[in-house]
Amino acid sequence: MDAIIVDRLVKRYARTLAVDDISFTLPRGGILGLLGGNGAGKTTTISMLLGLLVPTSGTITVLGHDMARDRFAALERMNFSSPYIALPGRLTVAENLRVYGHLYNVPKLEARIGELVDKFNLAKFLHRPAGELSAGQKTRVALAKSLMNKPELLLLDEPTASLDPDTGDYVRTVLEDYRHETKAAILLASHNMGEVERLCDTVLMMKAGRIVDRGRPEELIARYGREDLEQVFLDIARNREIAA
Amino acid sequence: MKAPLRRIWGMIYRHLAIYRGSWPRTLEVAYWPTLNMLIWGFTARYFMHVQPGAGAAAGALLAGVLLWEITLRGQLGVTFTFLEEIWSRNLGHIFVSPLRPREMVASLLIVSLIRTLIGLLPATIIAYLLYRYNILLLGPVLFLFFVNLMLMGWWIALAIVALLFRYGAGAEALAWTIAFGITPLACVFYPVTALPVWLQPVALALPSAHIFAGMRTALFQHGVDWQDLAWAVALNIGWMVAAILVFRGEFRRARIRGALISIGE
Repeated sequence: MDAIIVDRLVKRYARTLAVDDISFTLPRGGILGLLGGNGAGKTTTISMLLGLLVPTSGTITVLGHDMARDRFAALERMNFSSPYIALPGRLTVAENLRVYGHLYNVPKLEARIGELVDKFNLAKFLHRPAGELSAGQKTRVALAKSLMNKPELLLLDEPTASLDPDTGDYVRTVLEDYRHETKAAILLASHNMGEVERLCDTVLMMKAGRIVDRGRPEELIARYGREDLEQVFLDIARNREIAA
Repeated sequence: MKAPLRRIWGMIYRHLAIYRGSWPRTLEVAYWPTLNMLIWGFTARYFMHVQPGAGAAAGALLAGVLLWEITLRGQLGVTFTFLEEIWSRNLGHIFVSPLRPREMVASLLIVSLIRTLIGLLPATIIAYLLYRYNILLLGPVLFLFFVNLMLMGWWIALAIVALLFRYGAGAEALAWTIAFGITPLACVFYPVTALPVWLQPVALALPSAHIFAGMRTALFQHGVDWQDLAWAVALNIGWMVAAILVFRGEFRRARIRGALISIGE
């Protein structure tokens, strides 16, 4: 069974068509990249997948649950991380992880926090307020929070933004290992094309709310006659024709 | 612990952790009730000095100050706790967790109850030590007053949270002003008949008018006016149901408009 099934999804605001009739699936154990420029509809799509936003029409099925009727059953088995949504800055890192451990009903919580502290190297600032951390440290804490409940589906918005290349590479390795160990599905929105090429099995290219192309990264690169995904991204963003 | 209770506890823990790590915030909880008690306590003492027979009225004044603080603190406890999530831009994480809206509301109410009890304790002690006024002498009916005034604070707060869903953080000022604005109609220090006739129906539609009428009966006649209490309970139930419906409607509309993502902006 697929982790995500999106069928003819539309989100219309008063004067704006933010997402325009998109359909896609993400198989269990797969990593899907959601690419597109600003305003392409990525965040709107992710928000609907998370149940934060109600679609105008279309259906979303996550881990077998219809998000319109049964979203909490899906939310218990998935998680999300974005550097653009903060964790409470006055709480220490340990307190933050404890709060989300309770919200996700994580068994043996302190042991799980210990595992995540080791995995993301959080020990040095575990008892510091989250608001006092550097951007990179906050991103690592947010990723630790996102793995708290061992999700079967992980939605990541720019997971390595603000991280130095070494830490970014480490995080990508953690995500690869996590997928390998748990067969979790991952949906990744990123502007780091190298990251997408490395991690994603399939890529959806979005523009103006529509999926304008899709395929494996190497397929897209070959189809556009380019050397890497960044050039493909620019071709699509600038309306260049596919190479003959 | 069952999952729903654990999620509620997670949210309570989240807010208690803030107070544990910040003494100014803990102090703030008791600051205004204490200040109000000092101001009105000395005022009552002065009245008793110039009018020695005004002891009962002074007692009603102090009881009114203490009891009305229950509604004010109850309301602020909910809205301040919810605003904390907006200020920390944390709603995006909370609403994608398995926490149900009703569980979030339950946690807000429990934090509000804790804040109210802690906030009123110093004022109650000051009333006894400085002015020899013991609110507990009202007897068991005090518990019924407390419950009803707390409920009134909560339904006002739920309506304010609903407005925050609708208008975003721009409606923050409402959290601080609405309950204070109701005070003239709450009939805390005077009976409903002291208001202009055209305003009396509005005051009577609020549970507070009946609760404070009951308080004066308890103080002056040493009895319980069950009819007043019944009115207060019925009105609280009615207003609470209305507030829950408004809350649910605005939460649903916020999910349609995408306001849960942008509410802090």
